[in-house]
Amino acid sequence: MSTLTPGTAAPDFTLHVTPDQTLSLSELRGRPVILVFYPADWSPVCGAEIALFNEILPEFQNHQATILGVSVDGAWCHAAYARHNNIHFPLLADFEPKGEVAKKYGAYRQKEGIAERALFVIDEEGKIFWSYCSPIGVNPGAEGILDALDRLSAQKKGQGDEQVANSDRAA
Amino acid sequence: MSKLRTAIGPHDHVQGPADAPLTLVEYGDFECPHCGRAHHFIKQLQRQFGKQLRFVYRHFPLTQMHPYAASAAETSEFAGAHGKFWQMHDLLYENQEQLGIDLYMELAEELGLSQPTLRSALGSGEFAAKVRHDFSGGVRSGVNGTPSFFINGERFDGAVEDLADALQQELQRAA
Repeated sequence: MSTLTPGTAAPDFTLHVTPDQTLSLSELRGRPVILVFYPADWSPVCGAEIALFNEILPEFQNHQATILGVSVDGAWCHAAYARHNNIHFPLLADFEPKGEVAKKYGAYRQKEGIAERALFVIDEEGKIFWSYCSPIGVNPGAEGILDALDRLSAQKKGQGDEQVANSDRAA
Repeated sequence: MSKLRTAIGPHDHVQGPADAPLTLVEYGDFECPHCGRAHHFIKQLQRQFGKQLRFVYRHFPLTQMHPYAASAAETSEFAGAHGKFWQMHDLLYENQEQLGIDLYMELAEELGLSQPTLRSALGSGEFAAKVRHDFSGGVRSGVNGTPSFFINGERFDGAVEDLADALQQELQRAA
């Protein structure tokens, strides 16, 4: 299964973010979204990866980006995990039908029944801007995400300048 | 492979000669037990490689997981502002399991630093920006946890036990 690549429309989904609430990707249109698929709550490498992203939240917020974690764990498991580790961003439960969203993104490991360790940066219009699938045992870090957000911001700024230039000409 | 993106500069804490053929950069967290273990290995490496090794320590506190990581890092920076970074760095690692304001006060006294000044620096977050600056540079260099090491600017992905071999190889390669 190959990970969805830049330029592809990000498949929409609605998943439980708490036992009582759901979140849809389409609700976040208009700002960048960082989608973090990871194999499992409580596993050591995932723990290090999620802790790192949790620590970097302010830098993601500088880009007005929303970060979402996704694994096949249930909403109650996510709730306990988030509370135990002080996680301040939403963890979505790709739980029923199991792994459906991960499959849509080409980020599911059928044999083990868990999500890949895959990262996506989705632009304001809901298109995949950058993606990366890390070897399952390797914490990918955040440099790829931050570089992608930088490029996205620069591109937006460029477009903004262009629009200004165009309107100047029109005037 | 990730590369170190923040050059070593005057804001860094450095041990060893500037022209040493080997530069080892650590991104560490005073509350991280693996960093505590690495601390002893690094002391050995410094004895083993002597003047051939320059060691640089930068902060990478995971503050959501380690409640004392930030205050410990700021305490070391406070000591650094008074020329005693390395003494404090060593003492914090040696007393890693007792991190907290009581320990900081005790260590300040031991190093002849003003306790009230340290207390107010921690309260005002005087050194928080410096710690954060290290952290951000680390993130941009692909640091994904602690401890993370860079040998002559290249990320070292092995175990801390293998640092000596990696440094030896780099020395031969550079020669």
